[in-house]
Amino acid sequence: MSQPETPETKPVATAPPAKAPPPAAKAPPQKELPQFEKSIADKLEGKFSTKATIEFVKVNRIRVKVNKEDMLDVARFIRDELHFDHAESVTGVDYPDQKEIEVTYHLGSYTDPELAKQVLTLATRAPREENPSPGNDSTRVPSLRDIFYSVEFHERECFEMLGVYFENHPDNRRLLLPEDWADLPPMRKDFKIKGR
Amino acid sequence: MLKELLTPQNANVFIGKLGDVLVKAIDQPLGYAINWGRLWSLWPVHIETACCSVEFGAASGPRYDVERFGIIEAFGSLRQCDLVVVQGTITRKMAPRLRLVYDQMPEPKYVIAMGACAITGGLYFDSYNVLPGIDGILPVDVYVPGCPPRPETLIQGCMLLQEKIKRMKAR
Amino acid sequence: MTTQLPPGLQLEKVDERIMTLNVGPQHPGSGHMRLIIKVDGDYIVSCDPDPGYVHRGEEKMAEYRNYIVNIPHLERPVIHDSCNVLYPYCLGVEELLGLEVPERAKYLRVIASELNRCVYIQYWLAIYGIFLGHSTMFMWPAGDRELLIDLLEKITGARVTHAYFVPGGIRNDVPANFEEMCLKRVNYFEKRIKEYAAIFYDNPILISRTQGAGVLSREDAIRLGTTGSTLRASGVDFDLRKKEPYDAYGELDVHSNVLKDGDSYARSKIPWLDMLESCNIIRQALQKMPKSGSVRVKLKPNPKGGNDEVYKRVESGRGSLGCYIVSRSQPEPYRLKLSVGSFRNLICMPYLLKGEKLGNMPAVYWSLNYWPVEADR
Repeated sequence: MSQPETPETKPVATAPPAKAPPPAAKAPPQKELPQFEKSIADKLEGKFSTKATIEFVKVNRIRVKVNKEDMLDVARFIRDELHFDHAESVTGVDYPDQKEIEVTYHLGSYTDPELAKQVLTLATRAPREENPSPGNDSTRVPSLRDIFYSVEFHERECFEMLGVYFENHPDNRRLLLPEDWADLPPMRKDFKIKGR
Repeated sequence: MLKELLTPQNANVFIGKLGDVLVKAIDQPLGYAINWGRLWSLWPVHIETACCSVEFGAASGPRYDVERFGIIEAFGSLRQCDLVVVQGTITRKMAPRLRLVYDQMPEPKYVIAMGACAITGGLYFDSYNVLPGIDGILPVDVYVPGCPPRPETLIQGCMLLQEKIKRMKAR
Repeated sequence: MTTQLPPGLQLEKVDERIMTLNVGPQHPGSGHMRLIIKVDGDYIVSCDPDPGYVHRGEEKMAEYRNYIVNIPHLERPVIHDSCNVLYPYCLGVEELLGLEVPERAKYLRVIASELNRCVYIQYWLAIYGIFLGHSTMFMWPAGDRELLIDLLEKITGARVTHAYFVPGGIRNDVPANFEEMCLKRVNYFEKRIKEYAAIFYDNPILISRTQGAGVLSREDAIRLGTTGSTLRASGVDFDLRKKEPYDAYGELDVHSNVLKDGDSYARSKIPWLDMLESCNIIRQALQKMPKSGSVRVKLKPNPKGGNDEVYKRVESGRGSLGCYIVSRSQPEPYRLKLSVGSFRNLICMPYLLKGEKLGNMPAVYWSLNYWPVEADR
């Protein structure tokens, strides 16, 4: 079963040159990609050929990276055509060496029983500023609240923890931090905790 | 004889002296009685600050049944309480509220710092949002160590506080 | 529509009638959080949850500690469910480091996790009881959970903060006569919790207070992305133990409990049904468990993950609990994020409380199976 599969799978796996090290470091002989996950990834590739980069396809996990301009289109396609219906979490990851902040949505599905195991990771990147002023600088991505309503509080948390402003989010207020927080957003890498 | 001593000129002095004598005679027993009353009605404020509240809840459950000592009676209004059990981590957001709660309570009031986080910051000693102990905002009477303290430890802490109140001067 | 009022009388303006109430952080009806509630008479007009009173920055702290040192502080968000809250972290680190857990450890993990789920739900039930003014329902669960706490203490050595799961297995094997002891206690425990139905769930006072309060429809439960008992009470059959079986759950027969009503009564009943199911799972696991074998893979000191990321999730007492770890070939995680059930259910609160009577607030709020310490992390 694996023989006819391998020619098809290789271009998908080797497509992102940026993320080449992980599969090479873990398992040099290319493993057989899971069928169902690959079909979802192929659907995404077929629709958005260059806009959406499939970064990896693992068992039950797919990671898609898009530019922030195409974010809304891809998210709408994922909801309407692929039937992912809610977000499990929104995570911000700071990459100071690449001068970017990555915002990652983990999407799941309750309605489609076939997708119950799947978690689709939708990642996008926003430019990172050296001296951030949350809400007023260029660190902003479009909010997915209109598409996945469940991201509302997660995006609020991401805004205060990393300073990523979500455009068109109705409620970009402080959530977890104290009201008088005047320091850097704490999950940025240049924010150091005491004595470290 | 009392009539001769008590003239309008020295009435004030006399009453003052009488007060002194009275205080000398009954201060200690009265203070003891007041303290004794306070001992058995240590009611805590219902303010949960972190995860130690789980063990605080377990202490009032049937196995440990802390109410048999007359302390940690379930719930009450802030104005009827005389004990703050700081149940764990105090974050920067909670600290002003905790102080506000303490300030609104009537005198006399006692503070028990429960758990390592309330004493020194505990596991979260290097977190950006956690106070390194509550000594900076509240005067602590008894420290109950543990992470979280077992209910027995909390009970022992309360009994230590009772011992302390017994020896205090009644205010 | 203007009705002619007698001279000297005037209608109150809406703005003057609406009153703002701060429920919490010092309030008998709240936990470690604040709800800013606006009421019009007895009805709630809007509700704005204000969490963060226990935000301890655990995700930031995790970036400075290696994979093993992270264990104790990552279980603190829910100390009475500490096995489950560490579970996804351990699964994630195992995938990063490429560890294979021994068979016996997988079953022991299932047993410890189910015991801990019961302990958590019992505490939640006790709190739910006392906030509805049902003191017996505080005393019974608070007493019965000590049985299982004793059992867990015999296995792990600590009352609530077990730190039992480590990447690569569990910390230590169980004592010699564990199986009989566990079976005996679980059977007794099951008999006890069946009695709760008579005193609590069939109680007309409870039913009249919770039935029809805070109804969450199936569509809204999906749209709001709720999880755990809140989701299953609204008729969505989604239990990760069944849908995405991890460790030994694939070999066990797990039944997920679903109710269709979506009101507070259904939400308060689901955890109780889960406890009965847990007893079932524990008995199955005890039967199928290998009788001997190693329980832990030996780890190198300061293990390093590859240049990779994982997202693992388990079914905890409050619903799906995900752990997202980004590793960049360092002994510490580059970024660690816990996606917790309480935080995901927080979004229901403004939605469900709007239009509800103020007296129903505790019944709705606590039925969401919300633990503020976990939501704040």
